[in-house]
Amino acid sequence: MSSIFRRLEEPDMQWINIDIEGKTVRVPVGETVAAAILASGLHSCRTTPLSGESRAPFCMMGVCFECLMEIDGIPNRQACQVQVKEGMRIRRQIGTGEEYR
Amino acid sequence: MEHHQLAIIGGGPAGLAAAAVAANAGLECVLIDEQATPGGQIYRAVNTIPKQRATLLGPDYQCGQKLIDQFNKSGASYRPSTTIWNLNSQREIGILHNGQAALLSADRVVIATGAMERPVPFPGWTLPGVMTAGAGQILLKSAGIVPNDGVVMAGSGPLLLLLAWQYMRAGVNIQAILDMAPQNNLWRAMLHLPRALFVHHYILKGLKYQLQLRRAGIPFYKRITDLHAIGNDSLAAIEFSDSKGKQRIETSLLMCHFGVIPDSHLSRCTGCKHHWDPAQLCWRPVTDEWGNSSLDGIAIVGDGSGIGGAVAARHAGRLAGLESVHTLGRMSTNERDEEARADQRWMADDLNIRPFLEALFRPSPTLLGSPKDETLVCRCEEITAGTIRQALHAGHQDTNQIKFFTRCGMGPCQGRQCDNAVSQLVAHELGVEMGITEGYRIRPPIRPLTIEQLATLQGVDEDK
Repeated sequence: MSSIFRRLEEPDMQWINIDIEGKTVRVPVGETVAAAILASGLHSCRTTPLSGESRAPFCMMGVCFECLMEIDGIPNRQACQVQVKEGMRIRRQIGTGEEYR
Repeated sequence: MEHHQLAIIGGGPAGLAAAAVAANAGLECVLIDEQATPGGQIYRAVNTIPKQRATLLGPDYQCGQKLIDQFNKSGASYRPSTTIWNLNSQREIGILHNGQAALLSADRVVIATGAMERPVPFPGWTLPGVMTAGAGQILLKSAGIVPNDGVVMAGSGPLLLLLAWQYMRAGVNIQAILDMAPQNNLWRAMLHLPRALFVHHYILKGLKYQLQLRRAGIPFYKRITDLHAIGNDSLAAIEFSDSKGKQRIETSLLMCHFGVIPDSHLSRCTGCKHHWDPAQLCWRPVTDEWGNSSLDGIAIVGDGSGIGGAVAARHAGRLAGLESVHTLGRMSTNERDEEARADQRWMADDLNIRPFLEALFRPSPTLLGSPKDETLVCRCEEITAGTIRQALHAGHQDTNQIKFFTRCGMGPCQGRQCDNAVSQLVAHELGVEMGITEGYRIRPPIRPLTIEQLATLQGVDEDK
């Protein structure tokens, strides 16, 4: 499936590398994790603890809590509120994320 | 405990303006914001954005830079990337920064938390590939990310048109724009047109966007009902009805928008008085002309106290700044009133557009009050409208009772997404006016806080 988002071509971008689901992905400095995963082509960021259905970032401003992900080993982080850092490890969260602990 | 004369919560136009006025008048003041850069959602990333992207977003966005410059020059201290998880009536503020939780206190607090999009449940709204127009605009502003394959935009509100216009300029394939405002909105809005003509630039701007979008050949569908998002694990198509009957559009991305409402979680957490605004269809705090709430020393201004838009928020922020300077003894009543005059005039002038916009873009009562039984209302706990109706008919006839019995509103978002929908569903089913039913009771922590963070909390006075 192709990515549903793309980046506008802009000059003078500074890039870093992060790890999304085991793949090394180049992303701009200062971007949020939620933006980075959407641009990388990841359609959903987690499954729900109840029905197990897939969810994706919905509001991008911290009020819907749909973008909960496992970031650097810590589950339940709001991906739209966390900025990417070099080497950051990002995983889809399965359910409550308990299995990571 | 760390103490401040004035603490301002939120770095959008209202918060930035309040901080600049207060700091310029010599108050010691701190602005706390959950974002990494100042500007709020409306001017998000304006001071770090590449020039090309800023041009694309338009002049209304770029003017936010001036506000940030004034704030930076004022000497107010600034705490970005800091979330607030509590504010009580004693003006103790719980903050979290870099994983460290702390308590602060202040002589005065100005809440300027701004707006959020009105969450409106419809079938399929939880599918990946469905997001809000606000989310789309944040992706554009903060990251230069736009839809790749194509996008359908649905709902009603100025933001939907603005984002469509910005997407058009960025070369995005807009598959369709679905106008979901009911037909009789236009006639109701006309009653407010004379007043709105005082600020006709807003109307001209809206007409310009519409005209340019139509000229670009983007299909408009009017008076849409029965919007469904369809797909297995992600969005594949949308279905809806219009005057020609049932329609279907294959798409991987739907951006919906149903207007904005105050982000009132923090103000409600303080326990100050709120009321239901029947024109704006939202809970809003009771405030006076200076933004003062029913609690001593706590003011709420900008869209967080009722939707007025960015320009009105800036003036309201300045007024709350002046009132803070006045109540903390650095300005006489006369001086305050003198300084406030221009802002009061400009604010009143700007607010002339609101009744027109509220009537024109008002979501349909069916959409808000009677979602289909199978529609998920609470996204977090996956509670359907049918389950809520069952609880109602079993005798739980109050929003908070429904919460206890069904768990709707008890998930990670703490009811932010379903509060309005549930209270309106309850009012609709019981056949009572909104305002008789109440919203969820909001309790701290209103942001996620781990037990470890709470255990290492800084600023707790030992003798307390």
